[in-house]
Amino acid sequence: MEIRFDKTTLQLGLFRIDADVRFPAGKITALIGPSGSGKSTLLAAIAGFVVPKSGSISIGSREMNAIAPGLRPVTMVFQEHNLFPHLDVSQNVGLGLRPSLKPSKAEIAAIDAALDRVGLLGMGGRMPANLSGGQIGRVALARALLRKRPVLLLDEPFAALGPALRHDMLDLVAEVQTEDALTVLLVTHLPDDAKRIAALTAVVSDGLVSDPVATGRLFLDPPNSLSEYLG
Amino acid sequence: MRLLGWLALALLATLGIGSIAAVATRGSSVVELPAGFWSVLRFTILQAALSSALSVACAVPLARALARRNFVGRNLLVAALGAPFLLPSLVAVMGVLAIYGRSGSIQTFLVWVGMPTFNIYGLSGIVLTHVFFNLPLVTRLILQGWSDIPGVQFRLSAQLGLRAGDIFRVLEWPMLKRIVPGALLLVFLLCSTSFAVVLTMGGGPKSTTLEVAIYQALRFDFDLAAAATLAVMQVLVCSVALASVALTQGNVAFGKTRFAVQERWDAKSNRHILADLSCMVLAVLFLLPPILAVCTRGLLPIFSGLPAGVWQAALRSVCVAFSASAITLIIGLATANLLDELRGANSRFGKVLGVIGFLPIAISPFVLGTGLFILINAIADPFALALPLTTIINASFCMPLALSALLPAFAKARERNFRLAQALNLQGWTRFRIAIWPEIRRPALFSAAIAAALSMGDFGTVALFAPPDGGTLPLLMQRLMASYQMDEAAGVAVLLVALSFGLFWLIDRGGRFGNQI
Repeated sequence: MEIRFDKTTLQLGLFRIDADVRFPAGKITALIGPSGSGKSTLLAAIAGFVVPKSGSISIGSREMNAIAPGLRPVTMVFQEHNLFPHLDVSQNVGLGLRPSLKPSKAEIAAIDAALDRVGLLGMGGRMPANLSGGQIGRVALARALLRKRPVLLLDEPFAALGPALRHDMLDLVAEVQTEDALTVLLVTHLPDDAKRIAALTAVVSDGLVSDPVATGRLFLDPPNSLSEYLG
Repeated sequence: MRLLGWLALALLATLGIGSIAAVATRGSSVVELPAGFWSVLRFTILQAALSSALSVACAVPLARALARRNFVGRNLLVAALGAPFLLPSLVAVMGVLAIYGRSGSIQTFLVWVGMPTFNIYGLSGIVLTHVFFNLPLVTRLILQGWSDIPGVQFRLSAQLGLRAGDIFRVLEWPMLKRIVPGALLLVFLLCSTSFAVVLTMGGGPKSTTLEVAIYQALRFDFDLAAAATLAVMQVLVCSVALASVALTQGNVAFGKTRFAVQERWDAKSNRHILADLSCMVLAVLFLLPPILAVCTRGLLPIFSGLPAGVWQAALRSVCVAFSASAITLIIGLATANLLDELRGANSRFGKVLGVIGFLPIAISPFVLGTGLFILINAIADPFALALPLTTIINASFCMPLALSALLPAFAKARERNFRLAQALNLQGWTRFRIAIWPEIRRPALFSAAIAAALSMGDFGTVALFAPPDGGTLPLLMQRLMASYQMDEAAGVAVLLVALSFGLFWLIDRGGRFGNQI
């Protein structure tokens, strides 16, 4: 599903960002830019946590402004605190199906299948405190997949991982994106992340969002805003 | 510095263990318990249990309302909730009486419309005043729990479509389960050792607590053995409660923590907004009128002339407050420094010693007072030493508070600056001044400020020792109240509140002035 910002202004206190941009359906688009540039705010607005001051945001053909976060065709993986610490892995993933902690047989099978997909089969009984950073990312991704929403928003969920683990996770995202034909927005501050899996990349800086262009071309001939950031 | 630490610990240990030993040896010689002992014990536990249950039950919805609503004045309201803890207990009593008492606004109204009136004295009045004191404290404690839930987890819940009930189960109930038991026990402890409230609000022998019974045994019957037995019971009651209190929790309730507001997508309906709004309005209606009543009544006498002896009493109070504050600061710093060094060396001995600093929680000021009374009575006249004794007891009672603020600060200073200090070969006093003091200045002076305000408003210990003339402001205020000179008493109350909060502000300000960190 295409994500469209129509002359949208987002304001949080003194911070303000203007967006008039489209992110195409069925592709991975990376959002890159300095920290504090508003990348996460854009995702929060798509997910419904920040209400635009003016303009609108549409997903597919539907205008989203009046729709509650839980009803949008969107699922988001956050930077941290993705898991409820008092629930085990299965319960955390199961919340992707419905807000009950007592899943049916069919639902248990679906949860196990989702865990299998992210390489965590058999870990359903673990508590979040006993998981590594990489495993926590995988559980969050498993829940996101189980929700079967066409749009997946990733807000630097792998930023705290080492290079090898981060590459594994990015490859996993690329894999499920192809299989489920998802529209993915990936916020990152690392050019390598974008180069690895994002077909398109948009630059966020100075309160503005550039149109997404092919990632390879962008880094070969970076615009001013990007080359300043890359240094 | 280290030597000072050992001296401080030794002093605390002598005070604590000495007074327990004194009451234990003196009390154990009596085989029969003082008359009415069991009903006193039962009432002590009953009122403390009721007070803590009610405080917590009201605090949970109020804390939730404050956690999820943002509005102009929210920060002011949350900050104001920290104030009752520093309010002199007699002032609170006077305020509650002015609203709920026999000639208070509510009863006057009831009489006017021809409804039956009620009697505030006894259990209901004691519990009401205790809730007035502790509801704000517990609210801040629980609000902290709510603010500690990462905000993103509420976003996550909104995205997953969790409703208010689900969020309660998944996020809020586990938090409450962690915080509420400690809060209950903290209030229980404070209420089981409360004196001024029970003395003034109690309705005769049926509603007497151990502390008041100790006071009567010492002051009126001069029965040291009975007082000692009661004191031993008091230690037992407190120790049982203390056994499960997490010591560190108390600090949050009146510290200057930031309480973040969380946006809640599950509580946007009018029903939820109305519920939260009514919680906050009810809380303000409960907490504000008593304070306003004292202030309005006391302002006039402030200008038209305060009773004789008020300025001498005020001077004595300020002296007691300043000395108690200084003692708390010096002993607290020395003890925390030593405990922190021992902890750094990972010594098990250090952990055992750490308990000494927290002994005063289990020993109520009155037990300490009774113990000191018995010890000093053998060699001198305790009444002649009233003010120094009051100072020492107040200071040692503030020690657990000071330590629970100072120990984490020391640990942080150690973590941040200690290696650097070692690398630069800074030792002893120099190391303390350069590597530690800048990091702990704020909590240190904050504890000193609390000690000053609490000592200023203390009515318990001073009542135990002070001679009829030569008391402090709270004592003068109580005498005026007892002789129904309410306007004069209210005038003294306003002066007392102004001095308490003024001292607190002044000392606490010193911790922040010019602080670049």
